[in-house]
Amino acid sequence: MPSRALPYLLLAPAALFLAAFFLYPAVQVAVIAFTRGDEVGLANFARMAGHWKFDTALWNTILLAAVVVPLQLALALFMGQIVTQMGRGRDLVLYVFTIPLGISDLAAGIIWLAILEQNGFLNSFLYHLGLLDSPVARLSYQNTLGLFVAVAIAEIWRATAIMLVILVAGMGLIPKEYNEAAEVFGASPWQRFVKVTLPLLKPSLQTALILRTILAFEVFAVVAALAGTSMPMLMGETYAWEFQLQDRGVAASYALVILGISIASTLVFLWWLRTPEEARA
Amino acid sequence: MRRHLTTTSALATLTLAAFAATSAPAPAAAQELLFWSTQARPVEEAQGMREEVLSGFEGGAVDYQPQDAGPFITRLRAETEANEGTIAVVGALHGELTAFADAFADLSAIDVSAASPALVELGRLGTDEQRYVPWMQATYLMAANRAALEHLPEGADVNALTWDQLIEWGRAMEEATGSPKIGLPAGPQGLRHRVVQGYFYPSFTDSMVTRFRSDDAVAMWETVKELWEVTNPRSTSYNFMQEPLLADEVWVAIDHTARLAEAFNQRPDDFIAFPAPAGPTGRGFMPVVAGIAVPATAPDQEASLALVRYMLQPDTQIATLRATNFFPVVDVELPEDMPPSVRAAGAAIALQSGAPDANPGLLPVGLGDLGGQFNQVYVDTFERIVLAGQPIEQVLDEGAQELRRIVDEAGAPCWAPDAASEGPCPVE
Amino acid sequence: MTATAPLPAHGAAPSDEIARALDLARAKRWLVAAVVTILCLWVLVPIYLVLVNALSTPSEVSGWPKSFVPSFAMESLAFFAGYRGVAEALLNSVMVAAITMVLSIVIGAPAGYALARFDFAGKNAFRILVLMTRAFPLPLLALPLAVAYIQIGLDDTILGLAFVHTMLAMPFAVLITASLFMGVPFELEEAAWTLGCTRLQAFVKVVLPLVSPGIAASAVFAFVVSWNEVFAAAVLTIENRTLTAFLLQSLNVSPLHLKFAGAAVLVLPALLFLFAVRKYLFAMWGIANR
Repeated sequence: MPSRALPYLLLAPAALFLAAFFLYPAVQVAVIAFTRGDEVGLANFARMAGHWKFDTALWNTILLAAVVVPLQLALALFMGQIVTQMGRGRDLVLYVFTIPLGISDLAAGIIWLAILEQNGFLNSFLYHLGLLDSPVARLSYQNTLGLFVAVAIAEIWRATAIMLVILVAGMGLIPKEYNEAAEVFGASPWQRFVKVTLPLLKPSLQTALILRTILAFEVFAVVAALAGTSMPMLMGETYAWEFQLQDRGVAASYALVILGISIASTLVFLWWLRTPEEARA
Repeated sequence: MRRHLTTTSALATLTLAAFAATSAPAPAAAQELLFWSTQARPVEEAQGMREEVLSGFEGGAVDYQPQDAGPFITRLRAETEANEGTIAVVGALHGELTAFADAFADLSAIDVSAASPALVELGRLGTDEQRYVPWMQATYLMAANRAALEHLPEGADVNALTWDQLIEWGRAMEEATGSPKIGLPAGPQGLRHRVVQGYFYPSFTDSMVTRFRSDDAVAMWETVKELWEVTNPRSTSYNFMQEPLLADEVWVAIDHTARLAEAFNQRPDDFIAFPAPAGPTGRGFMPVVAGIAVPATAPDQEASLALVRYMLQPDTQIATLRATNFFPVVDVELPEDMPPSVRAAGAAIALQSGAPDANPGLLPVGLGDLGGQFNQVYVDTFERIVLAGQPIEQVLDEGAQELRRIVDEAGAPCWAPDAASEGPCPVE
Repeated sequence: MTATAPLPAHGAAPSDEIARALDLARAKRWLVAAVVTILCLWVLVPIYLVLVNALSTPSEVSGWPKSFVPSFAMESLAFFAGYRGVAEALLNSVMVAAITMVLSIVIGAPAGYALARFDFAGKNAFRILVLMTRAFPLPLLALPLAVAYIQIGLDDTILGLAFVHTMLAMPFAVLITASLFMGVPFELEEAAWTLGCTRLQAFVKVVLPLVSPGIAASAVFAFVVSWNEVFAAAVLTIENRTLTAFLLQSLNVSPLHLKFAGAAVLVLPALLFLFAVRKYLFAMWGIANR
């Protein structure tokens, strides 16, 4: 029988580490959020919520995550499934699929700007095809939808690999016999995917969704590169209040808002994709 | 499995080596002076600062580290809070230094008699002590592609342009080319607040703070909206106007000289520089001033002071101009062989400040760490009126309220072009 | 692969049906190949375009229309080769990332195992605590950390920065290893116990071989997280600057041609690293075929 203390012993190093390097500074920031001048209270939050950009930033951030994450999940699952169908060259293809993993968000912003800017490769491509006579601006502030789509594409390009790797690792652990058994009973590939692969993939799906959603709430550099100031995001506003406006109280409030929606989304995924009891020890 | 093991042991060796490296005393690091800066951030400018400007300093090796505002501020704050530091010298724009007045040592011991008195006064940050000394300066200028000149409205002199003529010019260019060819630095790191504070407001209201929501200001914002109609909508992403100019995305732009320099240097024959446009109350313009300060926590104050003195020497100032396109703050004779950007900008600056209707504004002083929020009022006003199309009067009313709160809280008296005030600068 | 089509049930013109099935299989193979090609292009083309820009002259980079074939102008890249401090910064980056990799697995994997195998009070609280490290804007954490680092002497050390990066990599390390351990049936471990293994022996002999490729994958994550992190690196290191902090900060404000060359300089080492470890990233296919 496992000793009752064992799980705590296993957790202890990580917990101590996080207490020192995360909780210690985070609590200090939280204290700043709840103090303004010498008073303790919600003044910073009121100031944050009263600013005209707050609603837009909150809405943009949630909307972007709501659009990007499901698309990335579908794409990652599709890529994973495709790869399992392959014989030769699988390693190479997987390597290619994971390349964006190594590319930082700042670099990804630079890369997509090169493509989408007025003199960029997309316009040049259309020009060479004879579909365009002179460069047109694609990333203008009036074209809110266009900016949103551009940011979404860049994010999907950059950050799908992270889900792919987690899901592929999970797929690898599904015993082949399950799928073979389903095939014997005449299940179509789609049925096998929905009835066998997806349920068995639940732990990995949960991890991938939680991590990716949290990271999506922190999107910053890609937006700054492609949309400039035209698309306020929570993280961008946090930066602005901390460094341009030098109002650390409001910046800390923004940080707590990001933390809040991240925890909320995590709880949703933990509950929605919970593993049934009997699967564990 | 063997492969895993080899990797693991290789990693372990690497880690051990890394630990050994971290625990060894930092070699020669102690003598290096850390120059912590927000300026000359573009990689080749940083390279120029290191190799051409600072290599001549004899008081020790200098580690020039240009930073984004974020890490710059965070590190400076951390050293101040810990009351212990490694930064020897801080170099940044006036607006970035104001928040740290208390963190800097008094530099009254530095001889600044060769520098312009107005700039030296700015460096006191509204206190009795010399918080920073001026390091280098620039200003905002217009730049245009020569191709734009043929569309100049009839009777307009490019060197004595008005804002209305600029709008007309923009309209003509848009008709001729099919896309708006005027650009403003309205991106996240663009200096749009200075364009509003130092160019629009003085030119239309002869004020920066006091007449923020006057009738003249309402008329001004109407004009700015007209200007925006012929401005490239990508402007909200432009931080440095040299890039869209070089890409021919825009033909006419306003920005500060160092952020236009690359255009003149890469294609000297294609671009001209000229003064900012004038409005009903003159040709408003504003300096860009960068200063050097020494944190109170600098490890070796004497060495830091020596470096500050070195930075003010005429030869260093000329080398700095070559590296950064920021002009000297002390009187120097410029050699003939300066880069094209310097020659183009130098002539235009002389025209701008010597113009009969010149109306120079000063940088905000005495705002302390509220400087950022002060600037934000202008940025917000711009974004709300021009981009979001909100009603001018209402936005100005709210902006004026915020402005009054900031100026009162800081207790900052007026500065040019507003008339001097007793106590905090009033907002009508 | 579905190369072996099921045999026809009754004998009417079997050759026809077999031929049709073979056609179908071939069509499917082509389809897969086409889809794979499109997906690979989707990933590779943007990177190729940056390389084109990095290998072009400044006027080509800002010119119109762009060529899709580089002119192999080396001046922008050469600038970085001669940039002072690039070599040391590269070394620092590798060292910080390597320490991060080891620390995050040594600390994270046991926690992942605990989450996967035990039910205990505070489990979800811990899970959320781990995730919070990624849900909190790092620039705000950097200030208190920097103050503490200066006070205790961790400031400007590779180890100190690696600690922060380990904190950032922890969610990946803990959650990925947890989902891996969950995927290994507990019965396997129990079987080992009944055969006389201790808990530790069972773990080392049964579980570890199954999950080690996945653990390698989460170590790769840690490496990448560390490699790409800018803010903490810029604040917490001075002499021991990492390559990303050294270059990336300034790229945003650099002229276009250097921006792209710099992006290429940053992207290439990461690509090479991923290529070098690709076997570990995906060795798990071996398990699937067990």
